[in-house]
Amino acid sequence: MNGEAIGLLSIYGFFTILLLIAGLFCILMTRNFLRAIIGIEILIKAVTLYFIAVGRITNKTGLAEAMVITIIVIEVVVVVIAGGIALRVFRNNDSLDVRKLRRLKG
Amino acid sequence: MLSLLVLIPLFGIMVLNLPFKNPPRRFSFWFAVLVFTAEILLAIYHYPIFGGQDLARMDSFFGGGFSIDYLSFIVLTCIGIVSLSSLLVARYTIADGKELFRFINLIIITSIGMSGIVIAKDMFSLYVFLEITAVASFVMIAFNKDIEALEGTFKYMMLSTIATIFMLISIASILLVARDTSFSAVQEALKTSHSHPVMIASIGLFLAGLFIKGGIFPFHGWLPDAYSAAPAPTSILLAGIVTKTAGLYTLMRMIALFGSNDSINGVILLFGAASILVGAFAAMGQDNLKRMLAYSSISQVGYIALGIGTGTILGMVGAAFHLFNHSVFKSLLFVNSAAIEKQAGTNSMKSMGALAWRMPITETTSIIGMLSAGGMPPLAGFWSKLIIIFALWQAGRRGYSTLALFAGILTLAYFLIMQRNIFFRKPDANAEKVTEAGFGFVFTAVVLAAITIGTGLLFPIFFNDFIIPIKEILIH
Amino acid sequence: MAINILLLFIMLIAALWTVMGRSLLKATIGLAVTSAALSVIIFRLNSPIAAVFELSVCTGLMTVVFVSTISLTKPLTHKDIIRLSAKRMKRFWYLPVVIVMAAIGLMLIHIPKDLALSIAEKALDVRQVLWNTRQMDLFGQIVLLIAGAIGVVILFEERKKDEW
Repeated sequence: MNGEAIGLLSIYGFFTILLLIAGLFCILMTRNFLRAIIGIEILIKAVTLYFIAVGRITNKTGLAEAMVITIIVIEVVVVVIAGGIALRVFRNNDSLDVRKLRRLKG
Repeated sequence: MLSLLVLIPLFGIMVLNLPFKNPPRRFSFWFAVLVFTAEILLAIYHYPIFGGQDLARMDSFFGGGFSIDYLSFIVLTCIGIVSLSSLLVARYTIADGKELFRFINLIIITSIGMSGIVIAKDMFSLYVFLEITAVASFVMIAFNKDIEALEGTFKYMMLSTIATIFMLISIASILLVARDTSFSAVQEALKTSHSHPVMIASIGLFLAGLFIKGGIFPFHGWLPDAYSAAPAPTSILLAGIVTKTAGLYTLMRMIALFGSNDSINGVILLFGAASILVGAFAAMGQDNLKRMLAYSSISQVGYIALGIGTGTILGMVGAAFHLFNHSVFKSLLFVNSAAIEKQAGTNSMKSMGALAWRMPITETTSIIGMLSAGGMPPLAGFWSKLIIIFALWQAGRRGYSTLALFAGILTLAYFLIMQRNIFFRKPDANAEKVTEAGFGFVFTAVVLAAITIGTGLLFPIFFNDFIIPIKEILIH
Repeated sequence: MAINILLLFIMLIAALWTVMGRSLLKATIGLAVTSAALSVIIFRLNSPIAAVFELSVCTGLMTVVFVSTISLTKPLTHKDIIRLSAKRMKRFWYLPVVIVMAAIGLMLIHIPKDLALSIAEKALDVRQVLWNTRQMDLFGQIVLLIAGAIGVVILFEERKKDEW
């Protein structure tokens, strides 16, 4: 890979890593279920950015786009089902506190 | 022809869900039975012995996206068998007709996902079908909607998403180096740039994602909660096939693809051995029956990982054979635990007792399953464990070999404790009313036990024709 | 090229705002802004169709899904949760500042020009790619959507028996 490609990759890679850290931070430091879902979202967006950057660098924008579209569909389905689970947790527990989900032990 | 494996179930789901006036709900059960039997038959049809053409052919319906080889054949057969068992148990466990219909839809979707994983030829498509399986599993675990099931689903969801992120980053990096994600392109790239740091890092990331999905130490945290809190048919499906396909089959495929590297093998061996020990020791202290079986699954998965980690043909062969055996006997044990849960009303081993006289068939099949898991000849488990131990010894990993031998004794130990607690203790007061389980449970258990015994007895035939040809995946 | 970096910064700051935000609704809006910025970045990197997907699905649909889920699970002690999370997040106030300063510093050191593409191979259009070579993924998407639909039906069901 030539130098310009590496430069471009390093910028997008850097921002991807920052976004990943932000997303992980969100998941680990929250008590609320829905905020954890938002953290998952941020993580997936970071990976989407990385995919598009890779597609741009290797000049395969069509392939990267097709993959990103599939990833977006997966993301939507996972978020909707996670929301459904959150709803059920709320109906059972009357709160979305993830620290209350500790009943299974051992 | 191969695309039929995924097309028939999809078509079936669309037919089942058409908005008729009287929706065909009663037929859904038999339809699903038909679908899974068709799956097993299709897999067999493609096998050379039974008259199909040579394997490793490609299918042209989806633009050359599918292919099947000997390893896929074994896993496809497992998928069919375990799905049928889960279906039968679901019929007798889920009372409401509407719920049963939805659950059958979910089982069919899971089988689409797993068939897709097994016959995919491209890394990104593999990932897509992994996600399908994962999403269907989320809903199946949370099916009962009680708080423990939701907790299991939550933990599985979080870890599965982290595995997703690992695998996606890995695929993107591979796209960077190899310009395409199909298996052949990746192999080409590996030949030219063998120790490119990006490649090694992305392989490592992908393997980490697979470890999470397969429940290998240190990422096994979600497994006991999810297996024990899920409803009975889901536990059968998860333990029998989902975790193993998503984690271990893909691991074998990746090792066949990326070649055996010494450091990767070392990592797999280390984590496999740790899984065996952690699973075995944790299983001994459990009171909940399903939780104990979950830890036992972690332990057996460690065996398969040990087989993969040897890097030799014999190790791979042993691992594939143990995958098949474990599907069969673990499903058998979970079917029996479902029967016990339904009849005795509890999962806690302390409050069961003396079920041996009241549930004779369940007890006999449990003993067969347990002995096969512990590696007692001439049952199937003995052969596969022997092959793995021998392969480890042959590859120079003497320490791991003795560890595997020792762990076999541990396995027998905790299963004996389980047997004693459930079947042979003095009866409790509430064990008086327990009767033998219904037809569905008994039939499934007997068939699965027969498969285990048959595989063990017919081992020489099995080995030469079905298992040895797997070595072709290691030859690139 | 500078615009790309600016957009990346906007996306990063929006993501930090989402993480640090006190109330859940503010976090949802932060997520929508992040998606919008990402969509513009994708568009500028020669992938218009993916940009449209990202904009319509992630910014629009998911914000709607989140807001509806939040409204369905409105916690009773909303104000207490805000107060507690504010206290917790205040400890880490320095973190986003540090990250942004580091990012600005790195950018000032080395700003590469845009990649002049030496087009050895013509990039295939995404429509051709999607429909000709990646049919498996399309099939996977269809199955995934069906699975999602079944999951929604199962999970979002309002059974009257719940009140027993």
